[in-house]
Amino acid sequence: MKVAVLKGGRSLERQVSLRSGARVEDALAFLGHEVIPIDVGADLVSTLRASRPDAAFVALHGRGGEDGTVQELLEILAVPYTGPGVRACVRSIDKVAAKHELRAVDVPTPDWAAFNSVAFRELGAADALEEIEAGLGFPLVIKPAAGGSSLGVRFAATADEVPEALVAAFSYDDRVLLERHVAGRELAVSLLNGITLPAVEARPREEDRFSYEARYEIGRTEYLCPADLGAAEGPVIDAALRTWDALGFDGFGRVDMILGEDGPQVLEVNAIPGLTDTSLLPMAAEAAGMTFEDLCGRILELALERAGAPAG
Amino acid sequence: MAEPRDQPTSPADAGTSAPHRRAHTRARDLERYAGLFAERTRMMRSSAMRDLMEITARPEVISLAGGLPDTSTFPPESFAAQMTKIAQESSAEALQYGPTEGFDRTKECIREVMGAEGMDPDPEDVIVTTGGQQAIDLIVKTLVDPGDPVICEAPTYPGAVPVFCSYQADTFQVATDAEGMRIDVLEALLDRLAAAGRRPKFIYTVPSFQNPAGVTLSPERRRRLVEIAHEREVLVVEDNPYGLLRYEGEPTEPLYKLDGGDYVLYLGTFSKILSPGIRLGWLCAPPPVMEKVVLGKQASDLCTSTLTQYFVAEYFSEGRWRDYIDDLVEIYRARRDVMLDALDRHFPVEASWTRPEGGLFVWATLPDYIDTTDLLARALRDDVAFVPGAAAYVDGRGGSSMRLNFSGSDEEEIREGIRRIGRVISEQVELFGAITGEHSIPPASRATDVPSTSSAPRPGADGSGEGPADGSSVLPFRRRER
Repeated sequence: MKVAVLKGGRSLERQVSLRSGARVEDALAFLGHEVIPIDVGADLVSTLRASRPDAAFVALHGRGGEDGTVQELLEILAVPYTGPGVRACVRSIDKVAAKHELRAVDVPTPDWAAFNSVAFRELGAADALEEIEAGLGFPLVIKPAAGGSSLGVRFAATADEVPEALVAAFSYDDRVLLERHVAGRELAVSLLNGITLPAVEARPREEDRFSYEARYEIGRTEYLCPADLGAAEGPVIDAALRTWDALGFDGFGRVDMILGEDGPQVLEVNAIPGLTDTSLLPMAAEAAGMTFEDLCGRILELALERAGAPAG
Repeated sequence: MAEPRDQPTSPADAGTSAPHRRAHTRARDLERYAGLFAERTRMMRSSAMRDLMEITARPEVISLAGGLPDTSTFPPESFAAQMTKIAQESSAEALQYGPTEGFDRTKECIREVMGAEGMDPDPEDVIVTTGGQQAIDLIVKTLVDPGDPVICEAPTYPGAVPVFCSYQADTFQVATDAEGMRIDVLEALLDRLAAAGRRPKFIYTVPSFQNPAGVTLSPERRRRLVEIAHEREVLVVEDNPYGLLRYEGEPTEPLYKLDGGDYVLYLGTFSKILSPGIRLGWLCAPPPVMEKVVLGKQASDLCTSTLTQYFVAEYFSEGRWRDYIDDLVEIYRARRDVMLDALDRHFPVEASWTRPEGGLFVWATLPDYIDTTDLLARALRDDVAFVPGAAAYVDGRGGSSMRLNFSGSDEEEIREGIRRIGRVISEQVELFGAITGEHSIPPASRATDVPSTSSAPRPGADGSGEGPADGSSVLPFRRRER
C-alpha cells in the first residue's frame, strides 16, 4: 500500500514532528508499505494529487497538523488519514475549547480563566486579574491555548510574575489561559480506538518541571509504565474514556492529567501525540505488548476502516 | 545487489532511495543507554532554543541568527583554480595524513595573518586546529578538571558555553560594558576566588568586536588585563576571530602582543577572513602548554585536514588575501550601517543596543519582562530569527537580550528582518503595558539617553558584581528618540 507520511511543516514543533515522521516511515516500510515522505509545505495538495497515496499517516504536531487543517484537506482530497478527525482536532488543539467540552460533561479539569490579547488591549481585562488570581490561587499555571511540548508554559508563584508569564504565553498563541495548579502525579493515558493503554507516569527532576527540553532528552525525565495507580486506576481510566467521548476522538490520542488528592484532573488532550523514541504513546503501546510497528500498522488499519476502504 | 548504505542525500535526490535505518529504539533501550551516559553529559543540554533555531533554516526565514560570513563573495573560479593546482601538483600529499601540529606552510600563513595585527609568534608555539572551536576545546581539555573555575565575559561566545559545560567547569561570567570586560569586576572576582582558595584556570575573552556583544576591550583595559595575568599568574585565552574586520576607529593591540605570549594563549581562525567551511583555526601557547595540547589533539583527530591546509597555503601564495578582507570590510560595514539605521527606525524606545566598530554582531537588550526565547517563537511566525541572549550565559541570565548578525544577510533582508523583529517587540511592549496598566517608559527617563556616538560610555554605568542581572551591562546603549 502507498502511504504518505506527513511531517515537519511550519509548526514550532517541526523538529519533534520530523523525528516522529522518521520513525513512522521506518515502521511502515518494515510492514511492507511504499512510503512517501512529505515535509508539509505550500505544495502539499499538488504533491498528494501527484503521488496518489492510498492513505496518509499524519505525523504532524502543533498548528496546521494537529488542529484539523490538514485533516480537512485530506477529507476534501478523499485520502484516508490516521488519527482523530477534524472535529476532535479542532476541539483538542485549543486547551480552552477542550476544557469547556470536558466541563460540560463533568470530566474533572482544573479551574481556569482564558483571554485573548484583545481582552487586554481593548477590554481592560487586566482589571480582572486580581479576582482571577484570588479565585485560582498561587502558584498559577499560565500557558498558551494552543501548542504542546510545554512551550510557553510557566508557573507564576506570585502576582508579580503573572504579566511576564502572560507575555511569554502570548508569544505562542493569541489566546492564553491561567489555570489552577494541581499538585499530584503527572500521567499520560494513551488510547487506541477508544481503549486505554497502560498509563505512563512522568517524573521530571524537580528543576525540570515544565521544561520543554526534558521531555525529549533521554535521562532527564523518569517514565514509569505501567504506572502504579492502585485504587486510582478506575477513575483515571474513566476520565480518559470520557474525555475521548466528549471530544469525539477516534483512531488514537493521548490524555494528559494530574492525579491529585481528589482524583484525576484532565489538563489537555493531544490529537497527535509524539511518536519519537522518547514519546509516551509508543511507550504505552509497548507496555501493552505492541511493537512500534504493530502500533503504526494498527493506526493505519483504523484509518482505512473509518474511510470504509479495505484494510491491507 | 546490496542496498547502498549511508548515501548522502541532497535536496536533489532526497526520497529517491531511502537509506537503511535501524529498527525503532525501545523504551528499555533508552533506559539502558541512559544508564551508560557519562556524568558530564548531564551538563550537555539540548534546548528548546536549539529546536527553534533549527526552524530558522527554513528558506522563507530571514535569519539574523547565524554567525555566518558571506562566502558568496569568494570567487568560484579562483577556488577551482587553486584546488585544480593542488590536484595536479600535490595530489598524493594533499590526500595523506599530516603532522599533528600542522604544516609549516600553514603556519607561515598564520604568521602573515597575525603579522597584520602586529604579532609575530614563534612557529613552535603554533598548532593548527580544526577551526577555532577545536582550539577552545583543546584548551579546556588540557586545563580544566571538573569543578575548576574558569572566567569569561557576560555575555560570552555562545559556542564556548557547551565546551565549558562538557568539561564540567565552574564558569564565572564578568560583566561587560562599552569598553569590554569590566576589569574592576574581574579583579573583585579574582579576589573572592583567591580568598576561597580557588585558582581560575583561565580567563576567556573575545576582546575585539566581541561575539555576541559587539564591544571591544579598550587599550587601557587590555594593558591592565595583561598586568593582572602577570601579577596573579593566571592564563588569559584571547579569542580573536574578527580582529581584521574593523569598520571604523583605530586598531587595538591584541593581548597576545602586549603580553609576548607568556600568559596569553591566542586563538585565531580563517573562518571569518576566508571560509568557515574549511574548518581551519589555530592556537598559540607557550611550550609547556603546547606539549599537552598536541597530545590532546592527537587523541581528538590526529591532524587537521591536510587538504584544506593545502588550499589555504595555495590561496595565500597568490598574495591577495588582504584584498579579499578589504572587500569583506566594505560589504560588512555597509550591512552594519543598514542594521543600525533599521534598529533606530524600527525598535521601540524600550530597546537598546550596541554599536560595534567591527565584527559580525549587534547585541540588543529589551525590557526585562520580555523573554527572547519566547520572543523567537513569536518572531518565527513572522519568518525572522535571531539568537536569544540566554545562549550567551551559563546560568540562565541574558533572557531579555538578543544577538543580531549583519554579515550573513544582504541589506534588504537586514532592513526587513529588523522591521519584523521591531514589530513583535513593540507588540509585546504594548501588551505588557495593557496587562500592567503601565504604558511605555515615561518621557522623563528618556531625557538621560546617551549620545549616539559609538564609543561614548554610558553615564552612570557603575554596577557592581560580575552579573549584568539588571541588563544594563552591555553598552553603549542607543535609544530612539520618539
